[in-house]
Amino acid sequence: MMDWAYLFEIALTGIAGGGLYALAALAFVLVYKATRVVNIAIGEMLMVGAYLFFAFAAGFSLPVWLAILGAVLGTGLLGAVIERTMIRPLLGEPPISAFMVTVGLASILVGLVEIIWTADQRRLPEFLPNAPVMIGDAFLAPKVAYGALAALVLIALVLLLFRFWRGGIALRATASDQGAAYMMGINVPRVFSLAWVASAMIAAVAGIVVGAIGGISSTMGVFGLSVLVVVIVGGLDSVLGALVGGLFIGLVEALAGAYLGGEYKLLATFLVLVAVLMIRPYGLFGTHEIERL
Amino acid sequence: MSAADERLAVPPVLQVQALTLAFGGVKALTGVGFDVAPGSITAVIGPNGAGKTSLFNTISGFYRPAAGRVLFEGQDITAVPAPRRARLGLARSFQNIALFRGMTVLDNIKLGRHAHLKTNVFDALLYAGRARREEAELRRDVEERIIDFLEIDHIRHASVAALPYGLQKRVEMARALAMQPRVLMLDEPVAGMNREETEDMARFILDVRREWGVTVLMVEHDMGMVMDLSDHVVVLNFGQVIAQGTPAQVQADPEVVRAYLGAGDVAELRRRLRAPAAAAA
Repeated sequence: MMDWAYLFEIALTGIAGGGLYALAALAFVLVYKATRVVNIAIGEMLMVGAYLFFAFAAGFSLPVWLAILGAVLGTGLLGAVIERTMIRPLLGEPPISAFMVTVGLASILVGLVEIIWTADQRRLPEFLPNAPVMIGDAFLAPKVAYGALAALVLIALVLLLFRFWRGGIALRATASDQGAAYMMGINVPRVFSLAWVASAMIAAVAGIVVGAIGGISSTMGVFGLSVLVVVIVGGLDSVLGALVGGLFIGLVEALAGAYLGGEYKLLATFLVLVAVLMIRPYGLFGTHEIERL
Repeated sequence: MSAADERLAVPPVLQVQALTLAFGGVKALTGVGFDVAPGSITAVIGPNGAGKTSLFNTISGFYRPAAGRVLFEGQDITAVPAPRRARLGLARSFQNIALFRGMTVLDNIKLGRHAHLKTNVFDALLYAGRARREEAELRRDVEERIIDFLEIDHIRHASVAALPYGLQKRVEMARALAMQPRVLMLDEPVAGMNREETEDMARFILDVRREWGVTVLMVEHDMGMVMDLSDHVVVLNFGQVIAQGTPAQVQADPEVVRAYLGAGDVAELRRRLRAPAAAAA
């Protein structure tokens, strides 16, 4: 006998948690779309955002909103530095080079965090309301609910900027055809910087929320592993894929966790990954590359 | 006044001087030089691999030449990056259509104006002040002039990816026009088009010059069209200018005939070169 109320509650939690995946996946897709760089360090950039928030909020005792702002700007700056010093010099090199650089970057970021804050797990100061959220009869953990809300707002903002802001349109144009964008007077290198900065800022917000829910540690970058699954399932270059993929993977994890047990979460996710790769290697919504000869 | 006198009377809008371009040891262009008179239609022709597209890419700033200069309205732009050349008034289309495939026709055309807009992120989010004013201005110009002019009103909200080839070429031209260019560079504007589409495009090119006063520089294989439209023709072969002048002068040049068809009976080949021109007229 199915317990529908229970299923509903689990599904809701899964979708809410998936919102965070969607947000982080958006950060990943942004960079991939604009620059064709697979950023393996996305989870570690999330971590840096969370630690910066921790430093500002707990270390300097700044008000929460200021700490969030500081963490977002700081991580954005990090994104700019990464792009300028590690990625830009590799322009025109085979994609594998930039990919390997991001692998190294992930280790460097983990190392830096451990040097500064040690490898101990820490808790972020409480800043989300903790009255339980009820949707119908279903209970939703408050942090998860507000985290999902924050993700939703930010995703909407990013989509609006993509649609209406000149920089966003330049980014879409660059993603679509670099040469043509260049000829339209779009400063393509600046678009690359913009993509990294925006991606890092989004990652910072995702990191703060993830940290608020589960605490922060130098290993929280493994969140990036699930994000990679999300973007591969959704399609590396698809914003829609990131959003749908995020919710879908969140749902799969929650269902597997509730009905099979926590240890099956990752197994279920990666089974989905394998299945998708077998059926649609370029992801559910990704573009099937057609090379012009 | 003959065409040659006219060319001397006004300073050229675009000057290419002793341009040399090399990829590793391969010389794509060697000492290429010619002038483009304002308001003219200048065509660059030559056999496949002669360096026409390389020349275009160098003029528009994709390639950095090893030697030589490009002057735009008297100003040396050899070291100016491509996006700034676009802002100066140098627009181009591509041989393989380079439209933004995920967007509509209207969005593509409006992107041509991108370089001239100044709206910042906050204006855009609120859709206030400058954003609203610039958008309204752009809309008026794009919709009333360019779209009407190129007869693509019926497809303005269509996705470009789904359009037939001839229309895509036209949209690309519209986008280049939205850039408010002084010189419009067209890389094979009628390649792969049927007779009717070619004639439409030829008409548009003539009208663009008349209505906007835009100077046109084009690379084209369709000899009939080149000879019909052009005021000045530059012939490239193996990266060098082998002849230039009026269409008639160029057609009469034995060097040109040899480049196109190999050594042979010059009179016979000249006749063949003229045939399509006569047919199109």
